[in-house]
Amino acid sequence: MNILVCIKQVPGTSDVEVDEKTGVLKREGIDSKINPYDLYALETALKIREEKGGKITVLSMGPPQAAQVIRESYMMGADEGALLTDRKFAGADVLATAYTLSQGIRKLGKFDLIICGKMTTDGDTAQVGPEIAEYLDVPHVSNVRKILSITDKLITVEMDMPETVEIQEVLFPCLITVEKGIYTPRLPSFKLKLKTLNKDVPYITFKDLKDQDVYHYGLNGSPTQVLKVFPPPKNQVSEIWNDKGVVLGKRLADKLKELKFIRE
Amino acid sequence: MPKIVIHQEKIHDPKHLIEMCPFHALDYVNSYLSINAACKMCRICIKKYPEVFEWVEEDKPQVNKDEWRGIAVYTDHVEGKIHPVTLELLGKAKEMASKINHPVYCLFMGDQIKDKAEELRHYGVDKIFVYDHNELKDFRIEPYSAVFEDFIRKVRPSIVLVGGTTVGRSLAPRIAARFRTGLTADCTILDVQENTDLDQIRPAFGGNIMAHIHTPNHRPQFATVRYKIFNAPEKSDQPSGDIVYESIPGERLKSRIRVLEVRKKEKVASIEDAEVIVVAGKGIKKEADLKMVRELADRLGGMMATTRPLIEAGWTDPKTQIGLSGRTVKPKLIITCGVSGSVQFVAGMNNSDTIISINTDPNASIFDVAHYAIIGDLYEIIPELLKQIPVQLS
Ligand SMILES: Cc1cc2nc3c(=O)[nH]c(=O)nc-3n(C[C@H](O)[C@H](O)[C@H](O)COP(=O)(O)OP(=O)(O)OC[C@H]3O[C@@H](n4cnc5c(N)ncnc54)[C@H](O)[C@@H]3O)c2cc1C
Ligand SMILES: Nc1ncnc2c1ncn2[C@@H]1O[C@H](COP(=O)(O)O)[C@@H](O)[C@H]1O
Repeated sequence: MNILVCIKQVPGTSDVEVDEKTGVLKREGIDSKINPYDLYALETALKIREEKGGKITVLSMGPPQAAQVIRESYMMGADEGALLTDRKFAGADVLATAYTLSQGIRKLGKFDLIICGKMTTDGDTAQVGPEIAEYLDVPHVSNVRKILSITDKLITVEMDMPETVEIQEVLFPCLITVEKGIYTPRLPSFKLKLKTLNKDVPYITFKDLKDQDVYHYGLNGSPTQVLKVFPPPKNQVSEIWNDKGVVLGKRLADKLKELKFIRE
Repeated sequence: MPKIVIHQEKIHDPKHLIEMCPFHALDYVNSYLSINAACKMCRICIKKYPEVFEWVEEDKPQVNKDEWRGIAVYTDHVEGKIHPVTLELLGKAKEMASKINHPVYCLFMGDQIKDKAEELRHYGVDKIFVYDHNELKDFRIEPYSAVFEDFIRKVRPSIVLVGGTTVGRSLAPRIAARFRTGLTADCTILDVQENTDLDQIRPAFGGNIMAHIHTPNHRPQFATVRYKIFNAPEKSDQPSGDIVYESIPGERLKSRIRVLEVRKKEKVASIEDAEVIVVAGKGIKKEADLKMVRELADRLGGMMATTRPLIEAGWTDPKTQIGLSGRTVKPKLIITCGVSGSVQFVAGMNNSDTIISINTDPNASIFDVAHYAIIGDLYEIIPELLKQIPVQLS
């Protein structure tokens, strides 16, 4: 079984600061980590390998420092990894990101199963996975909450819907995006850390890809553009209450009675 | 035509940049740097600040926007039962369509749904395209995508709106990629320009700020919107619009997926349906203190919900998260306790009827949306409030 997992490096905290003057996100100097949802994707791959054997390759796209997340996946047990990095990839929206990843995957070889996280904590679109599947021309199942069985030909999964669970049997090759909690992600192992200390994180750059049209990558390949950013709109003027806790508690109770949320 | 692209995210000192241009061709308005008509394409800016200004040889073909007409809404449904987000999107589609004088379309696909389409005729749709095939019984990505593609090729809508449901979030990106076009997820505000460009506004990736996104040179323009972001239009008594039956050849509905079973989940009360919600934020110091918030919610006959940090800490069920990556709610009353009011959270609740917020920090941004801004300690206020509320006998 040949498995590929897509992982992304995201800011370590969700308290990203915004520059008051320019309205631009301050990205420098904040620590980063593996997108937490991608840990579930990687763990799913590891569980499958335990049962079926095979090889796990992790792929990420990002600046050179994103090599760190590939290194971390080695410590969790991934066999191989690669980082798509090039100035030409910068400024990519969902479409360009998914396209670049799909080109990277084609470059790396043939895979039976591709696993993505449900979403990223910074991009938060949950759409890169399905778009990769489209570009690779393979079926996908999103919101997979459980893997029921795997044979050489197919995988049977539970897709989580709001009111139902759909049990789908999918032929390889295919792509799944997995829910948080499908398996509990393991911690990086110290032994593997020592063992993979000098393991290489190969770069894949623009010139390595089959499609050499620059208009398919980065900002140039992104149909959506950010016109501007602005502070969130404020609601109408509000009533401001400032007093001692006990007084506020009583006053709030009276208000709720007046608004008929408390029945007397 | 070549052009100069400005990387807004790289701007640190806009004043300096403006002064640098010898032709006064740069404007800085609403935190956005743009090039005005005074530009002589001298490229001094590119030489001096290559990280901010980029020269792009524009030989890309421009899309002919006139060839794409209409605003289409994907009908989200389970066995013909239409999800209300569909109606909310129809309301918005109609509002925008009247500005640019475009028709409103509905795409409805499934198995044995012919008679169910009638319902949609009460919401001012011009044409409802129905694809009724056995292969569309349960949701499987390839046949659903094949039909969606067929619809877009035949009808050529300028804008496609899809509900941010499980199915919608799986389907919309697949189709957007197929047409190599843009998709903006989880928009909270939508509008349309005279030139049919869709204004897509959503909380910006990561920051406490909103982003205005557009798709200037691709059609169709795809956007997904969560349930309860827009208001559902009134149902009119008079049906209107035409139902158009379409079909596609069976071989295009082939799939490498087989659905073995569809199991009903136990129906659990959902915060989306609650009329009263009390929200616990990170102002709650420890898990045990949630009891007090839950008690308040119970006594008001409502439900407790939480912000994302509490979910991440594992204190509460992800189904109770409000916000961009959680649920959108619109209750009659919402009381937030120790919630700072990040854009991502606010996006999921700012249309509630009455918003009461308790926070010790007078500058908390939740107070920008609250109708009653209560500056105080929740650990004092809630216990006192509980004393004043009788335990309701059910
Ligand atoms: C892409 C993305 C998507 C996101 N989606 C969501 C989402 O869907 N939902 C969500 O909630 N978050 C989301 N977030 C996270 C969001 O940015 C904030 O980090 C989060 O909402 C903060 O939660 P909070 O207000 O509970 O905590 P904090 O921001 O830590 O605020 C705690 C507040 O409690 C107040 N406080 C402390 N003690 C007391 C006291 N004793 N009495 C009264 N007040 C007190 C403090 O003054 C403070 O304002 C998302 C982030 C990103 C990047
Ligand atoms: N830059 C990236 N590199 C590798 N994988 C990514 C990248 N962006 C997104 N993904 C994958 O796509 C999933 C969904 O991301 P998103 O659409 O941004 O919410 C993530 O959980 C990853 O598995």
